Amino acid sequence: MKDMTDNGESDQGPLIPRQRHMHPVPYDPEYKTSVPRSPKWPLLSMESTPSEETGPRFGHSLLGPLDNNLILNFSKDGSPAIGERILMHGRVLDENARPVPHTLVEIWQANAGGRYRHVKDNYLAPLDPNFGGCGRTITDAEGRYQFLTIRPGAYPWPNRANDWRPMHIHISVFGHSFGQRLITQMYFEGDPLIDRCPIAATIKERSQLDRLVAPLDMARARPLDFLAYKFDIVLRGRRQTMFENRLEGM
Amino acid sequence: MVQSLDTLIETPSQTAGPYVHIGCIPSFAGLPGVYPEDLGLSPIAPGAKGQTITITGAVIDGTGWALRDAMIESWQPDAAGRFAGQDGADPAVSGFCRFAADKDSGLFTLTTVKPGPVPHRSGAMQAPHISLWVVARGINIGLSTRIYFEDEDNGNDPLLSRIEQRPRVETLIAKKTGEGQYRFDIRLQGDNETVFLDI
Repeated sequence: MKDMTDNGESDQGPLIPRQRHMHPVPYDPEYKTSVPRSPKWPLLSMESTPSEETGPRFGHSLLGPLDNNLILNFSKDGSPAIGERILMHGRVLDENARPVPHTLVEIWQANAGGRYRHVKDNYLAPLDPNFGGCGRTITDAEGRYQFLTIRPGAYPWPNRANDWRPMHIHISVFGHSFGQRLITQMYFEGDPLIDRCPIAATIKERSQLDRLVAPLDMARARPLDFLAYKFDIVLRGRRQTMFENRLEGM
Repeated sequence: MVQSLDTLIETPSQTAGPYVHIGCIPSFAGLPGVYPEDLGLSPIAPGAKGQTITITGAVIDGTGWALRDAMIESWQPDAAGRFAGQDGADPAVSGFCRFAADKDSGLFTLTTVKPGPVPHRSGAMQAPHISLWVVARGINIGLSTRIYFEDEDNGNDPLLSRIEQRPRVETLIAKKTGEGQYRFDIRLQGDNETVFLDI
């Protein structure tokens, strides 16, 4: 079978099994929608197969010039979106600490007032005519990505009587295998709503939740223009393959 | 103390939320024009080899209600069992599709070619199947499952054979409703809960 990776390594081994306890719990009564939507029975655990080890690839030809600029990519007349201008940047790595190059990263978010451009979002905050709220890019050869956007606002949501989402940006990453597929959220350093959010609290391992909080990165901020936040993402890795051709029992 | 491992831990998941469509299929979400078209509109292009099939279904919660806000991704090989990028793969099969539950009915539809069998590391063949990944508000980490087909020989499939409670195998098998037509419901919880995979 042809090697499906393009990072110069021979990734023929199975995917490293997920450490499920490092992820959010599926069922959490404090996040009410998870109650009817979480499977009750255990997952069926099995070593990955080619169906999980392969995955879709997307080339740079997919991208338009403003796809990673949410300040301008929905503007009708070139006027920038309203809000605090920020650069969101980081690297996509795998569990073997290797960069994941040429992989699609998609983001979506509320506007500066905390409102999504969505038919089901009827929050009081106004829509910004120049802000759509989605962007995408492809990592470079070292796994780096960046977006120019505005800092999303916090907003209330129907869960417990007075729940508010902390400021956050949703992120979707593909990797090179369908079994690496991941959607997560980036939070912002210093936001007091993180510790009050039942969605953030579905992650029970505090050190893992901390990994979703992006630090202010003044080294990448541009004077008189934008602040920067750094957010690195780690996808599942694949087992190193030295003994992969041996049958069980070696 | 021991030496530290030089490995990393996967970034934790968070729910895709109710507005996943804005980010992943913005035209569907009512934001036309951001991109020329939504990603993964179809896993096949004209001329794809094999039998064209349509799979219809719903994602159903523990109360029996069909989700209106689920998004699903599918990944599959071509009719000969080759994935895009592999030698000899059908260039008309990307194998990847994104589709959403209808906001009124909750029904989803996937039109594709029937996949071929794929080898397993053990040397056995896996019965033809399509891999699915389901995300939605209230799903904290995306759910993986597979669609198999009732008119294929599933008897020796390595994954299906690992399911101890044999009636649960049926939750992974699409039922034929007509020529090239199948029904496949995904039950998150409750009676006939779908077998979800940690794979």
